[in-house]
Amino acid sequence: MAAFEPVLTRNFAVENSQSLKVYEGRGGYQAAKKALTTMSPDELVQLVKDSELRGRGGAGFPTGLKWSFLPKDRAETFMCVNGDESEPATFNNRYLLERDPHQMIEGIIISCFATRASTAYLYNRFEYIAATRVMERAIAEARAAGYLGKNIFGSGFDLEIYVHRGAGAYICGEETGLIESLEGKRGWPRIKPPFPAVEGAFRKPTVVNNIETLCCVPHIVERGADWFKSIGTPKSYGPKLYTISGHVNKQVCVELPLGVTTRQLIEEHAGGVWKGRKAKAAVPGGISMGLLSADELDVPLDFEEIRKTGCLGLGTAAVTVIDDQTPIMDVLYNTCRFFAHESCGQCTPCREGTTWFYKTMKRIKAGGGRLEDLDVMEQLAKNLGITPGTTICGLADGAAWPIKNAMTKFRPELEEYIRSHQQADKKPTALQEAIFRGVSPSLFDSSLPEPSEPLPGPTAPGHNPRVSPGT
Amino acid sequence: MFRTAGTTRSPRAGAVASPGEDAARFEVIDLEMKRHRFRQDALIEVLHVAQEAFGLLRDDVLLHIARGLELPPSRVFGVATFYHLFTFAPRGEHSCTVCTGTACFVKGAERLLAIVEELTGGRAGETTPDGRFSLATTRCTGSCGLAPLAIFDGEVVGHLSEEEVARRVGGWTGHGSE
Repeated sequence: MAAFEPVLTRNFAVENSQSLKVYEGRGGYQAAKKALTTMSPDELVQLVKDSELRGRGGAGFPTGLKWSFLPKDRAETFMCVNGDESEPATFNNRYLLERDPHQMIEGIIISCFATRASTAYLYNRFEYIAATRVMERAIAEARAAGYLGKNIFGSGFDLEIYVHRGAGAYICGEETGLIESLEGKRGWPRIKPPFPAVEGAFRKPTVVNNIETLCCVPHIVERGADWFKSIGTPKSYGPKLYTISGHVNKQVCVELPLGVTTRQLIEEHAGGVWKGRKAKAAVPGGISMGLLSADELDVPLDFEEIRKTGCLGLGTAAVTVIDDQTPIMDVLYNTCRFFAHESCGQCTPCREGTTWFYKTMKRIKAGGGRLEDLDVMEQLAKNLGITPGTTICGLADGAAWPIKNAMTKFRPELEEYIRSHQQADKKPTALQEAIFRGVSPSLFDSSLPEPSEPLPGPTAPGHNPRVSPGT
Repeated sequence: MFRTAGTTRSPRAGAVASPGEDAARFEVIDLEMKRHRFRQDALIEVLHVAQEAFGLLRDDVLLHIARGLELPPSRVFGVATFYHLFTFAPRGEHSCTVCTGTACFVKGAERLLAIVEELTGGRAGETTPDGRFSLATTRCTGSCGLAPLAIFDGEVVGHLSEEEVARRVGGWTGHGSE
């Protein structure tokens, strides 16, 4: 691959890159000027559509298409910039905010012009205190210089950007959850349709875009859609910030064209797996996207290829490497705890299911695991989320996906873990035993004796009606 | 660990400061509400300011906000309990928050937390009964380049080793530093 010239991170190494002067000196706000003075909003939407820019927030939805869903005869539009970057191990948006805030603002100006939104809300995580401060200073600078406010570049276009602090909820990264939170409510995702493009913040048409997506827009305007499509792999064009963390020597954030492989990231950018060990698994893009086994490290990390491995998608491209000494069960346990904590509690399958995962994992770790637990969890994972259609938002899919992946890719290891951690005194309680056997809790007699026979081995026939209904 | 400080209501959350101090703090909240022109969607921002002023969210503060923004108290309580940042119990003298995000976890955050819990005698998500230490865990703080990390009294410390944690917490407890 030819040497890749950084696009989004080009100003990172420059001293004082947060200041307006440095940004202008490096050609900043020229794209915004070009867009606002020479192009019409519809041309801009078409340009972004042509560039096939896909949302960097996780789902990979084409941005231009999203913008074109806005109703034609709208009176008022809102832009929400999603900076609630809560996926564990993701920190690329923080870098973009802290080190090049004006690129962000320029992206917002152009995107707001394209969508005819005159109010933009930047929703930041409260944990990103430094980033919020940098952004607020940059917005004040840009307003003083006339890039924000009334009649920008004499085009008659007005724009104000407000920074909104979150208060610590993973679910607010979901677009309708973010909108609810912006309105001062609990971050409960809304039922779709109506989609935010039709009825979003304050019941008005709203566009919700990720920070990195909007940062790409000025560069597309400046250099054209063809240039953008020359980077990356088919259907996944453009540069992407990858973050690598976990068991590697250097935990870094690098910008690369879409489609690098996990192995390249580990070997070339992260200095290899730590302590000379081998990678057993890797998380391709935030834990909710699933797990890659060691054989799949050569799969390109883009929007299309990664799905063929059974992962949910590219997600936020936050690669976490897990070495061969870490049990997958421990990783799953931590994941389940996270999702059980972060489930907003609106849909029963997610609220109960994620907690069930967590409790089961906790029991397995304490030594009370049984091999049937894996079947129960697998079945539960299949019935949770948008994919089977049981929840409003995708959090439950994110909770279930690592478990689904681990069941197919690491099942022997999980079985071995349960067997080697079983302790005689940590047997399931009589109630748990009854549930395993498919006895309805309502029929369950609390005087049922504790099970005395040993836990069945891996060859025990599966007569559990909860696991295989109808047999 | 699984519980957060935000979901437990402490009886001590009732009375803290003197009336004079309180009046000044209520004024801060009133100013903030006024700045947002008493818009109901500013609730989260107002709660942020209230927590900064009082250090915690007391029942009377929440009712005051509910009256000011003309929201039902249930809505204010609902929002305040939904977000993990808001707390209803006073924080201890020292606070230690261990990140348990994926990257920190695989690098041994669990072990670090166990050390902190053992040295302070507290449990994650709680404040010790003597009011000296508040322990907490957090989901990812977005600084995974520093994994494993913890926040000691607001200072983010990365690349932690077990010895480093023991040294820092030992400095608070008074034994272990010598």
